[in-house]
Amino acid sequence: MNPAQIFFWPAIVLAAVTSASLGFSGLAFPLALLLFVIWSASIWILAREPNDQRFLSDEEPAASAVTIAESMAAMIEHSGTPQLLTKGARITVANKAARSVLGNHIMGQDPRVALRHPEAISLMDSAEHGEAIVSGLVRRRDIWRLSRHVLDEDYAVIELLNRTSEADIDRAHTDFVANASHELRTPLASIIGYAETLRENPGELDTETAAKFLKTIHREARRLQSLVNDLMSLSRIEAEKHEQPAKPVDYSALVERASRDAAGADRTGRIILDVVGGLRVAGDSQQLEQLVRNLVDNALKYGAPEGQVSISLDAGPNDNARLTVSDEGEGIPPEHLPHLTRRFYRTDPGRSRASGGTGLGLAIVKHIVERHRGRLEIDSVLGKGTSVIARIPMLAAEKE
Amino acid sequence: MMDHTVKAFDEDITRLRGLIAEMGGLAEVAVHEAIDAMVRGDKKLGDEVVARDKKLDALETEVDKLAVRIIALRAPLADDLREVIAALKIAGVVERIGDYAKNIAKRVSRIEKRQHFEPLTLLPTMAELAAEMVHDVLTAYAARDPELALEVIAADNKVDAFYDSIFRNLVSHMVEDPKTISTAAQLLFVAKNIERIGDHATNVAEMVHFAATGDYPPDDDS
Repeated sequence: MNPAQIFFWPAIVLAAVTSASLGFSGLAFPLALLLFVIWSASIWILAREPNDQRFLSDEEPAASAVTIAESMAAMIEHSGTPQLLTKGARITVANKAARSVLGNHIMGQDPRVALRHPEAISLMDSAEHGEAIVSGLVRRRDIWRLSRHVLDEDYAVIELLNRTSEADIDRAHTDFVANASHELRTPLASIIGYAETLRENPGELDTETAAKFLKTIHREARRLQSLVNDLMSLSRIEAEKHEQPAKPVDYSALVERASRDAAGADRTGRIILDVVGGLRVAGDSQQLEQLVRNLVDNALKYGAPEGQVSISLDAGPNDNARLTVSDEGEGIPPEHLPHLTRRFYRTDPGRSRASGGTGLGLAIVKHIVERHRGRLEIDSVLGKGTSVIARIPMLAAEKE
Repeated sequence: MMDHTVKAFDEDITRLRGLIAEMGGLAEVAVHEAIDAMVRGDKKLGDEVVARDKKLDALETEVDKLAVRIIALRAPLADDLREVIAALKIAGVVERIGDYAKNIAKRVSRIEKRQHFEPLTLLPTMAELAAEMVHDVLTAYAARDPELALEVIAADNKVDAFYDSIFRNLVSHMVEDPKTISTAAQLLFVAKNIERIGDHATNVAEMVHFAATGDYPPDDDS
């Protein structure tokens, strides 16, 4: 026990007596009380503070190198990034993540056993802090960034960061640019070709052929336009994907309106609407409209030519508004299902292009659903048809 | 592993294993880079692989010295002796693997018209399989894992199958167009080298199995 604690109660009593006698000898009562409170509080702080500090400083000198390594091990054990502590030419601590990546056998081994890539070894041989990018450390073609920090002449910490997915993202970007340029070039080639033919043979072409050419040019230009529009909305949605839209939207009305829009006057007979009224979600009405339009348009385009498309909206489990769009088409083979929302992925490229598809429709749908913190599901039975289900969290129902 | 009473012996064994791992890492990278250089016709990368082989040779000498020193000074017995002997032999084999990679790298400048050659697209896949065997066998060595060693031994069949198909492919190229004979012959050597890398990885796997269990794995070659 420290002196401040031993004298705690006597000091309080002294403070009480002094304040009381000052009070009796004419000092105003509140003033005497205030004096007592401040006095005893300061004694209390004195008695507390040194006590806590003592507790720590008593323990510290006993800590040896072993307990430092142990406390270090406990500290990094559950870290998500693989970390190693080396002492001299030995691994003394490897956390859980490191053991699962490099194997349980690395404990107590030379770090070169765990990281045997030449770059990694030259990193470990140096006496300085350093970093190295190493590929094929664990699996084929993975990429890791090792960084090594020297603590003193004995100890060093090595941290491993997996950079494989970043390299994958880089590749995905390159692929996307390549795909997009390809998609843009195809319609341009027909436009330029037909336009040149028309210009170079004036008068030689009969009006019927010329009209046909012009129609093709127009169609391809339209396709180009919708492609550019889709690309733009995709990049806009992607840019905003982290901010969840908050505006309340009357989803039921929106679904009805957008479905009729998508069907247009000539296809409106093919849709069957079954919408529960009054469902509201927090969202971006423009994007939600695009979501519904894309789904309905897809179902009409790729479903059976004159078949029905049913659109239903109801309140699903977990307070989600469940939008289901089902067609009676030939279905989608299961091997395509996981890739459907990839950009420019087509199960049947010829048919998709012929019907003016951009290959971006479902990618846009997926991004919109994700931005609204919802889920997208695609179920398909070959020969029966496909249903796409989009669930979006609902706002609490308002009392009418 | 149980700790040894003589701590210095423990240190020596750990160092030995570290050196073997370092050699393995070098050999693995050499195989990858040699075949990369071959496919892309990158002479500079090929020269680097050739130059780096010296390091591998130096490491082998170091392993030899250390192993002899351990045996002379500490007179290890039972699994300790097995461990040292295995390290000695593995170092020799890994050094051979490095030599094959060097041999592939040396042939980079002797390949002509590389765009028109179909086997050049098969070789990297085959080399990747062989390099993966080298990687896995070293992991098996580090972890003393006889199961993984058996997997490596099984993987050699795939490399051999690749070799057969590349061989047929190259021979048919030679028959069709005599002008390709010199290039095809070079590639035949490359394929053979990769096949040998696979065989040597298998040898190491057998030693790992031996060091871990005291038995050689069952021989299923017929």
